Amino acid sequence: MLADKDRIFTNLYGLNDWRLAGARARGDWDNTAAILARGRDHLIEEAKASGLRGRGGAGFPTGVKWSFMPKKSDGRPAYLVVNADESEPGTCKDRDIIRHDPHKLLEGCLIAGFAMGATAAYIYIRGEFYNEARHLEAARGECYEAGLIGRNAAGSGYDFDVFIHRGAGAYICGEETGLLESLEGKKGLPRLKPPFPAAVGLYGCPSTVNNVETIAMVPDIMRRGAAWFSALGRPRNSGTKVFCISGHVEKPCNVEEEMGIPLRELIEKYAGGVRGGWDNLLAVIPGGASVPVLPKSICDTVLMDFDSLAAVKSGLGTAAVIVMDRSTDVIKAIARLSRFYKHESCGQCTPCREGTGWLMRVMDRLVEGRAEIEEIDILDKVTRQIEGHTICALGDAAAWPVQGLIRHFRPLIEERISAFRQRSVSLAAE
Amino acid sequence: MSAEQEPDFVQPEHFAFDAESEQAIPGILAKYPPGRQASAVLPLLDLAQRQMQRTTGSAWIPTAAMNVVAERLAMPPVRVYEVATFYLMFNLRPIGKFHLQLCTTTPCWLRGSDEVVAACRKATGIAGWHETSADGLFTMTEVECLGGCVNAPILQVNDDFYEDMDGPATERLIEALRRGETPPPGSAIGRQGSAPLGGPLTLLDGKG
Repeated sequence: MLADKDRIFTNLYGLNDWRLAGARARGDWDNTAAILARGRDHLIEEAKASGLRGRGGAGFPTGVKWSFMPKKSDGRPAYLVVNADESEPGTCKDRDIIRHDPHKLLEGCLIAGFAMGATAAYIYIRGEFYNEARHLEAARGECYEAGLIGRNAAGSGYDFDVFIHRGAGAYICGEETGLLESLEGKKGLPRLKPPFPAAVGLYGCPSTVNNVETIAMVPDIMRRGAAWFSALGRPRNSGTKVFCISGHVEKPCNVEEEMGIPLRELIEKYAGGVRGGWDNLLAVIPGGASVPVLPKSICDTVLMDFDSLAAVKSGLGTAAVIVMDRSTDVIKAIARLSRFYKHESCGQCTPCREGTGWLMRVMDRLVEGRAEIEEIDILDKVTRQIEGHTICALGDAAAWPVQGLIRHFRPLIEERISAFRQRSVSLAAE
Repeated sequence: MSAEQEPDFVQPEHFAFDAESEQAIPGILAKYPPGRQASAVLPLLDLAQRQMQRTTGSAWIPTAAMNVVAERLAMPPVRVYEVATFYLMFNLRPIGKFHLQLCTTTPCWLRGSDEVVAACRKATGIAGWHETSADGLFTMTEVECLGGCVNAPILQVNDDFYEDMDGPATERLIEALRRGETPPPGSAIGRQGSAPLGGPLTLLDGKG
């Protein structure tokens, strides 16, 4: 079990003061200038050496991402854009960081922003997090007042601003280029890449989009060193992670643990176990709605990190663990996700716009069993015509939950179809 | 905004930001670089909606307000209309004083959002989504994941999240709102944030 001394988010539950005084007592903003004094290259190398991978779902190595930013400015400003549009079903970790540890995020903005040569950070927070945004605004105000950001930020000689921008309700704005479009005052329609944001991002300037948790981890990594962070977890899957455990567990909760913790241990140690015991488990979605569901047989042994979950054809995603016990109609649970993606598709790409609606309609019929057995294969085929054929990953995200359901629960779907047919036959005979 | 269907509400002919809103505008515009004031379209639409709530009791954005925002930001009105219709938090028709936003996405559904929906219907008399109760107090909207899933199911009332809800807690909340009370948001079962029921199992050294 991860020791408390190795936890980064020491005010995760908001038991203590989230304001500057409380944050300072927890070690935040402690001689930040000395960290910046090590220089850009050193900080990027440190981030690479720590093995930190993006905590927003994709798991791209953070230090590598920063290194894509131009080494010298061509006169354009450069931006760090923090993705606080947390909307992936099952995920509620950034919310805790923003409302209970906002200074970790703000200090991370300065350090990461300096490392990538950014002149300012924009934090794009989902509109529904109104109260959380108020905490963040208040913390930002404290930083300006204390000289921690703004001109000569934290006495480092570096000028750096942080701005907070509230969204207005659109899952697609969590996609990095959809977010940039939204921040520019447009509909959140994802952009074609290339050009990548590091070349042409916000306002046509070099930009890097990082998740809240990623950025908020940066100060601790720089203070304690890459070796400390990379010693936690497993190779290529280092460090700690905030896990969100929801659904059919005795005590749903968020908890920061080491990467690579066994799923069963995570659920039993922190969330009071599966409702009715481990044997009552049916399935788990291990990384937010976008990743394929896993049956109990895999959940028995799987480890919670990027590579372990990819090896069983699922993913760590945002580490949002959605637990379903044996009372669950898993077809209905996934059908509801298909409705989610239909609702959130921006409509720009035909395979996604038409495909998500198609998936939803077929999934709704499968809930009843009102389908032909052959349609299961057709459904699977359609998901593969969406996957990889759209500008952004929402198409993939819509396809994967359905693929996971078919992969692991095909007999259940067939049973549902047969039962429906039998009911129809007996009705016709009456 | 099309004329195809006769709307059952009246679009005010005029809208102007009042003194309280005007006071907030310079700070909003200052966040964005010169020439990039279009970035302020979401905050200004939000400001207009909040002003409507403050002054009329109903948080919505009339077309006249969109036109004011367009003029203020030197944007063609259609750009503001397309933004206003793209983002779900903007109400383009009047709503009740209390906007009941019910998450029914899978994590909330697994924890009993169906009961919360049923309780809202029972306590308000509202039959369908987007409808407003006869007394004008409540509007019910189905929303997608609100990002509080370990405290599911969640019922958002205006800006506040009511968490760990069930049927009876929902009915009590609605009765309290009807009486003019504002029950404290957060967990209905006394949890500390996202910590497990019964208290945290980590961060026990007193610093967390």
